[in-house]
Amino acid sequence: MEEMKGIILEYVVEEYLDEDDDDEVGFDSPLISSGIVDSFSMVSLKVFLEKKFKIKLPDDEATPEAFDTVDSICVLVNKHLGK
Amino acid sequence: MSNIGSYDERLEGFDWNIARDVLDLRDDELLNIGHMASDRICKRGMGGKTALIWEGFGDAKKQYTFDELRVLSNGFAKKLQDAGVKPGDRVCVFMDKIPALYISFLGILKMGGVAQPLFSAFGDDSLEVRLKSAGTKAVLTTQKHVKKVRKIRQNLPELEHVIVVEGKPEKLKDGEVFFDVEKESPVQEFECFVSDEDTPSVLHYTSGTTGQPKGAQHAHGSVLGQALTASWVLDLQDEDIYWCTADPGWVTGTSYGIIGPWVLGVTQCVLDQGFTSARWYKFIQDNAITVWYSAPTAIRSLMRDGTKLVKQYDMAALRHLCSVGEPLNAEAVVWSEEAFGKPFLDTFWQTETGSMMITNYPGMKVKPGSMGKPFPGITAAVLDLKTNEPLTEPGQVGLIAFRPGWPSMFREYRNQHDVYASKFVGAAADAKPEDLRNDQDLWYVSGDRASIDQDGYYWFVGRDDDVINTGGHLVGPFEIESALIEHEAIAEAAVVGKPDEVNMEVVKAFVTLNEGFVFDDMLELGVMNFIRKSLSPLAMPQEIEVMEKLPKTRSGKILRRYLKALEWGEDVGDLSTLEDD
Repeated sequence: MEEMKGIILEYVVEEYLDEDDDDEVGFDSPLISSGIVDSFSMVSLKVFLEKKFKIKLPDDEATPEAFDTVDSICVLVNKHLGK
Repeated sequence: MSNIGSYDERLEGFDWNIARDVLDLRDDELLNIGHMASDRICKRGMGGKTALIWEGFGDAKKQYTFDELRVLSNGFAKKLQDAGVKPGDRVCVFMDKIPALYISFLGILKMGGVAQPLFSAFGDDSLEVRLKSAGTKAVLTTQKHVKKVRKIRQNLPELEHVIVVEGKPEKLKDGEVFFDVEKESPVQEFECFVSDEDTPSVLHYTSGTTGQPKGAQHAHGSVLGQALTASWVLDLQDEDIYWCTADPGWVTGTSYGIIGPWVLGVTQCVLDQGFTSARWYKFIQDNAITVWYSAPTAIRSLMRDGTKLVKQYDMAALRHLCSVGEPLNAEAVVWSEEAFGKPFLDTFWQTETGSMMITNYPGMKVKPGSMGKPFPGITAAVLDLKTNEPLTEPGQVGLIAFRPGWPSMFREYRNQHDVYASKFVGAAADAKPEDLRNDQDLWYVSGDRASIDQDGYYWFVGRDDDVINTGGHLVGPFEIESALIEHEAIAEAAVVGKPDEVNMEVVKAFVTLNEGFVFDDMLELGVMNFIRKSLSPLAMPQEIEVMEKLPKTRSGKILRRYLKALEWGEDVGDLSTLEDD
């Protein structure tokens, strides 16, 4: 679980934040509701999760709420990994 | 009682001067939007009234009265003037929906500048194209977004001033100036630029099928159309608390997210936070919002979370709902009645029209799924696709067109007169813009298709070109295709809209690869992120399909319409010009 959190957080920081951004992003930091990841960009995050973890996330489960923190994303991914 | 009263009665003997009556505007008063939205409201005794209620991330909240709006916008106006910005110069506002965006917008107009708001999610390529086209003299931005300006500044010789209005001053680089208007000495008095109805005011960029985005130039006279439609369609009244969810980087966010409500002296709310249904409902509840102007994409997202969630919040204050950006489907209208006890009323207009053109009205029967009827004073028609003559039989599909001359009509496409002239059926290519927009024998063609039913209601059919409407925002395929081939793996690209349940359309790209590249999951993701960062999240392809070769005409032109027809399951039409099968 911790490894998965680390992978997702690293991707978010690399893809959605600039090098000199002051934002401190942690596992429980809001991503969608803070505007770090907007609703359109959620698609690329979803694709990343599907490719990386070899799962399929149904559209009706890939909601802004489910994607709002690294923690909540891990819950969703684990569900589809059958954990 | 609604402001419009009876739609049918308003049609009789309509004269746009009624907008002056609604504003109580004398002929000798200054027609400057910045002045009218702040100074004038104070002069009318409403300086102490709340103008803006703003909420941001992390429970941040701010409120401003009209008098504070007046003084702070004076501050921006003076700052720009002192810096050497002259009337007519383009000043870009590039920031999130923070208070400084709204206040500086008025300040630019007060000193005679042309406000050029740009969507803060634009990447550096999108930003560069628009700043270069506009010959922008100054950019107002924030520490968060100035990085994108830095990347392209060396390509923008006309850009003289980069003013950072929020963040840490110590983070600035050479050539950038920090200016937090709220920490500066208040500027109590500022002599506004004496503008008239044809003085340039706002420059909004909009996408077309071919070429780069076009700058639709508006003028201060637009305020008459914006005020009257805000009064009659949005039904804004003195005691209302109004929320327009649009970003001022797009025309709705300025026409009805700044100008319309404030020149009428109405309190408006802004939520600068990412979308979640619960957050939106809480915002409406906490601020007792009475009038709400939103977009079908947002409404459909709310629908996905169901009515159960809505019922957890107190929505009792809401009295009037409107929608804009793309056609509002009948299901969404029916759902809003179930969820909020009232329907969303669809409104149709576009960047170029500056104000609402075909809409539904308070008190007029709503036909779910219909665009409504033309605003009083607007002569509309659907034109035959071949002859360009108005269709007279109900149900026939044609091009939505308007007789030119309404107050909010755009004055020009910046530096693209030929494209402007091409929007008027039957116009001479060398006709002057002022002649085109006043010639009642011409039709201005919107680029959308519709039909009219036996009761005079308009029904949207679709775009007449390849422009993609995603989440209510127009995205030009050419701009994305140009960016795609900048990626090292992409040889050729064609971009079309793909049907989407929530956003109406999303971007789909068909590509061929350069030698040596293998398309796999990570390359697909890499290309998506490449476009997201260089253009914007809206332009990012949601799906990428690799082809051996793209379908082309014998003359080598990529057949976008063929790909689009395949995506939409439509007849692919005449393929006789296809390069090969």
